[in-house]
Amino acid sequence: MKFGIIVFPGSNCDRDMMHALRDDLKQEVVMLWHKDRDLSMFTKDDCIVLPGGFSYGDYLRCGALARFSPMMEQVIEFANNGGKVLGVCNGFQILCEAGLLPGVLLQNDHQKFTCKNVYIKGESTENLIGGHVGNKALRIPVAHGEGRYHADAETLKKLQDNKQIVFRYCDEHGEVHINSNPNGAINNIAGICNEGRNVFGMMPHPERATSDVLNNIDGRAILEALTHMN
Amino acid sequence: MIATLEQATKLGLREEEFEKIKEILGRTPNFTETAMYSVMWSEHCSYKNSITWLKTLPRDGDKLLVKAGEENAGLVDIGDGWGCVFKIESHNHPSAIEPFQGAATGVGGIHRDIFTMGARPIASLNSLRFGKVDNPKTKWLIKGVVKGIGHYGNCFGVPTVAGEVYYESCYQTNPLVNAMSVGVVRVGETVSATSYGEGNPVFIVGASTGKDGIGGASFASADISENSAEQLPSVQVGDPFEEKKLLEACLEMIPTGALIGMQDMGAAGITCSTSEMSAKGEHGMIIHLDKVPTRQANMKPWEMLLSESQERMLIVVKKGRESEVQTIFDKWDIHCVQIGEVTKDLNLKYYMNGELIADVPAESLVLGGGAPIYERQFTTPAYLAEINKFDINNVAQPADLKEIAYQLIQLPNIASKRWIYEQYDSMVGTGNTQTNEPSDAAIVRVHGTEKVLAMTTDCNSRYVYANPRKGAMIAVSEAARNIVCSGGLPVAITNCLNFGNPYNPEVYYQFVEAIQGMGEACRKFDTPVTGGNVSFYNQSEDGPVYPTPTIGMVGVLENINQKMSLGFKHPGDTIYMLGTNYNDINCSEYLHHIIGESHSPAPHFELEEEYVLQQTVANLISMKLVKSAHDISEGGLFACMLESAMANGLGFNMTTDANLRKDAMLFGEAQSRVVVSVNTDLCALFEAELKGLPFTKLGIVNAHKEICVDGQSWGYISDWKEAYDTALEKLLA
Repeated sequence: MKFGIIVFPGSNCDRDMMHALRDDLKQEVVMLWHKDRDLSMFTKDDCIVLPGGFSYGDYLRCGALARFSPMMEQVIEFANNGGKVLGVCNGFQILCEAGLLPGVLLQNDHQKFTCKNVYIKGESTENLIGGHVGNKALRIPVAHGEGRYHADAETLKKLQDNKQIVFRYCDEHGEVHINSNPNGAINNIAGICNEGRNVFGMMPHPERATSDVLNNIDGRAILEALTHMN
Repeated sequence: MIATLEQATKLGLREEEFEKIKEILGRTPNFTETAMYSVMWSEHCSYKNSITWLKTLPRDGDKLLVKAGEENAGLVDIGDGWGCVFKIESHNHPSAIEPFQGAATGVGGIHRDIFTMGARPIASLNSLRFGKVDNPKTKWLIKGVVKGIGHYGNCFGVPTVAGEVYYESCYQTNPLVNAMSVGVVRVGETVSATSYGEGNPVFIVGASTGKDGIGGASFASADISENSAEQLPSVQVGDPFEEKKLLEACLEMIPTGALIGMQDMGAAGITCSTSEMSAKGEHGMIIHLDKVPTRQANMKPWEMLLSESQERMLIVVKKGRESEVQTIFDKWDIHCVQIGEVTKDLNLKYYMNGELIADVPAESLVLGGGAPIYERQFTTPAYLAEINKFDINNVAQPADLKEIAYQLIQLPNIASKRWIYEQYDSMVGTGNTQTNEPSDAAIVRVHGTEKVLAMTTDCNSRYVYANPRKGAMIAVSEAARNIVCSGGLPVAITNCLNFGNPYNPEVYYQFVEAIQGMGEACRKFDTPVTGGNVSFYNQSEDGPVYPTPTIGMVGVLENINQKMSLGFKHPGDTIYMLGTNYNDINCSEYLHHIIGESHSPAPHFELEEEYVLQQTVANLISMKLVKSAHDISEGGLFACMLESAMANGLGFNMTTDANLRKDAMLFGEAQSRVVVSVNTDLCALFEAELKGLPFTKLGIVNAHKEICVDGQSWGYISDWKEAYDTALEKLLA
């Protein structure tokens, strides 16, 4: 099993993800350039990661340009064949723009970039990540200006009914309420998956919480989950 | 078209400087050449009014791999084959006019200084000064500056790990925005800002050249006024995405070995980079300006030469290896265009469509070459007499200490900076260890080595105003103290010297005294000056700002286990204060902002006393005898204790000294004091290791999360924390 991390121009959490997976989780990692179009070395057991950052400067809309990059065509095909894909922060935005995940990420309700520790908890055990992390509150950092998840009522109902909501923002005791929501995301949604349960997107950064040096390893379980078979 | 004296003075040159240019060239310069000299000989580029004194600062040391001023930034050895490159720079005047872009490009510019040397920036710091926080213009400035710093740093992907911000009315019209970048590089893989080898091609890489920022260096070298808004085109516009690509491309290019030299384009753009690189490499250049990619048509040659468009670099490549370099810039979709070549002739010759439009010796433009050097007059400022009149006995002791304490910790200079720092990505790079365990200096790990860096920016300018020499010593000492209290060994400093108009003898007195104090303290702590920036003319109709010589200091820890944090750890631990308490409220936040006394001497400070304190604290930390360490600074002992308590939500019991004024003990800012907590079983061993250093046993850490002073409850930590955390956002709302 190995991870592939896609580097877009403007990605800036690609190296953090590499350090987390390679140094802290002892996983094999391959860095992939967005202009390449070859994912043939990856199988269904592997996982492609779209890291955080400001791909293409986020100049049109977050993630809007990255989805047209040659590598994204391959990622879409890889995902449609059941391969595991994780998008974090800007990666989540790209997955939504590419249609691999439903909904959009809007500007934070307070209209400011926000970087701090927040708590999230797994919503359902019926997906790879949720099944692995359980429902205890995890302390994971966020860092975004446009992280307010939004979807129309019909999509939300579908997400709910299909148990596609992976994480919700909560407080340190695991209580989900308005004060534990850092950006105004609808229903405190912090992360979701697709119907096939092989494509995951989340705003918080698990790769920033995998090291003893940083005094927070709550993110390990989230990334570890992806080493398991779907 | 030859230039007239009138044009020259309009460009900011003095009459004798214009004469000197004529002498150098043996003819009267044309307008383009005059414009080039005007920016290169501005204070910003030439240090003409400061270099004499800057040279008195200690600039040598075992750990310095590059001497001050030799490259774009300082380079120190941190061991294990790694070097640390760091520098601080001001962007005050642009930020005063256009706070968002001014601050953003300040951040972008300082990062370029770091990666132009081949280092990868891993941390940003800043030092900000604004006017009174309740002023609407101040609010506009703060919001713009913070958004600008965040916008650039967050997108560029370097965490903002530490900083300082003060609000004083002297900064009302002229705020200060100082940005610092810290990078790491393998020793031996650095790049020099040089140019040599006849026939080697010269490339411009990065963004295209526009009319933004023309004459920015001259703009920074004049007083600021209400009319400054007319100078708006002097403010540059930043594109962090372009800079991120430029960073990655440059770092990818360096290992190819195809480079001779590289320099970023900051102040004075093409003029500065071509002249400084050529002068250093003792060669000349032919430059074809018509080949420079431009943003708008019909730019005049002088506009291209002076443009301060951001995200550009000048690189000199070994002849025959152009395609290797081109391939890398193509990969990153970045302009990389040959605009000229290196010549044996020492002149810089600029052509436009085949016509020679400027022809000047490279050496004559630069600091250390032909740029003028002045010695300015100075006199003791009149206001110092008023400062010396202060007598503590005229200040009545407050009846309700708790109420004073509660007001004090909500003052904008003391309260939490959360509203600001949460807008910065402080964690990208997964190196900043402050998030989950804060300490006095930011402690940042370096991926690929066990070594850990400590870094801080410090300057209490009120102290410097009250006593420029002592105040500057305190700034260096506090920076070193912050690093020592975090478990680090101070290594070197960079400075950002923000002062008023140097032609004002009282301002120049502040400058000279501050430099001397800084030099003395740097020699004591063995922290040489690796470089920095001088920013004069920080004054408006209201007069000069407080003299603000901001210190950026870097230290090293052998590994993360040496880190010491500031938060109390366990209930029952004994709390000590190391150092001596004095009946001293001089220059304190308490005296200045609660009592309302604007003039008082600098607080107690003796360099030797400070040195002994730091040596002792370093020893106690290395012996693992303390569980927390936090230095006493603004707000005094009480604010220090509260911060240690809030970090982990613990309370404390303390008793005051009956022999001291209680306001002095709790809120005084006498220097050279540190609060530590100690496992009670180890107290005897701890006290023995103090080896005679004065100390006070203050009390204990308690589990019931309450503050108790002299047996009286002052309430719960959570309530104090709420007040402390939200004070600034309430003021800014």
